[in-house]
Amino acid sequence: MAFDCSDHGQYKVLHLTGEVDLSNSSVVKKSLLKILEEGRSVIVDFSALTYIDSSGMATLVEGLNFANSRDLNLYIAGAVGAPLQVLELTRLNQVFNMVDAVEAVQE
Amino acid sequence: MANDSESPLIQVNGIDSFYGERHILKNVNLAIQPGEILVIMGSSGSGKSTLLKNILGLLKPATGQIEIKGLDICQASKHELTELRKSMGVAFQGGALLSSLSVGDNIKLPLRHHTNLDEKTISIMTRLKLEMMNLAGFEDLMPSELSGGMLKRAGLARAVIMDPKLLFFDEPSAGLDPVTSAELDELILKLREAMNMTIVVVTHELESAFKIADRITILFDGEIVITGTVEEIKSCQDERVVNLINRTPRDERIDAQQYLQRLTRENQ
Repeated sequence: MAFDCSDHGQYKVLHLTGEVDLSNSSVVKKSLLKILEEGRSVIVDFSALTYIDSSGMATLVEGLNFANSRDLNLYIAGAVGAPLQVLELTRLNQVFNMVDAVEAVQE
Repeated sequence: MANDSESPLIQVNGIDSFYGERHILKNVNLAIQPGEILVIMGSSGSGKSTLLKNILGLLKPATGQIEIKGLDICQASKHELTELRKSMGVAFQGGALLSSLSVGDNIKLPLRHHTNLDEKTISIMTRLKLEMMNLAGFEDLMPSELSGGMLKRAGLARAVIMDPKLLFFDEPSAGLDPVTSAELDELILKLREAMNMTIVVVTHELESAFKIADRITILFDGEIVITGTVEEIKSCQDERVVNLINRTPRDERIDAQQYLQRLTRENQ
């Protein structure tokens, strides 16, 4: 798994690449919470993500809960394939704000 | 779906297994591909649960070899087996939950034992799995307060809590009403798609097997009669397979001498 950050207007974009699982979800959690603690809304870019397990999903749920408590936004962008199926299986696609691509979120 | 070009995830080579003097598995050969749903079928006493126990390393075959992810589990060290088992989930027939722990604590057990995740993450993961199994809100109940179907689903929640790449499921449909049974079949298919799981299911439920299997292995008296796709099984002319599909009671010919010996042998 690799990840990097970029800016999209008022949003910080967290690009996830490869696989998020038990071995690295705590790193994602740290980065996600750090961005939110700085008062920035986040778009988590799933477009290059090939797999995410439930520890990764739990991390995003924690992030969303934190964002809601601070009136910040958390979007998931570009989810396809297995990650999208995980979101559907856990019905979290009905909980997160899902968009097709980062560019679909108004800056 | 399974990819035939990859090497098998599980390779069973010519195993024989005994309970005492009783010859249960006879020269069983089986290869399970990554991403495949393989269903092991057979009537009661055919050896399907014994085969599962051998693959899980709970029973050691008298002869033959079993490799999982390239590891010979009959020769592996305890440490190697422990590491391998972290990537495997097993849902036993009755759920096999610890009666002294709540449902939630049962499901959390592998995460607390094998990971350094914090309790908050562990709790969310547990609740996600309970939601998937339609058990939301039952986290604080004790296993004794659950019905048979709920126990089975709680057992499955624990089996998949570490998101294993390899899932074994013993008799998922047994004792469930038809609707819950069908839901569980759907869940097995979704788990494979979403989590890239390889799934081995032991069952005697034909309808369930035909719905979920990529391939079916049929055992009869400890021997593999056929391993094939659903279509191949349905068109198989072997009398034992036809009888299983048509639910014809078997007219089993016994070896009179062996039967008499079993009845009259002295306790050792």
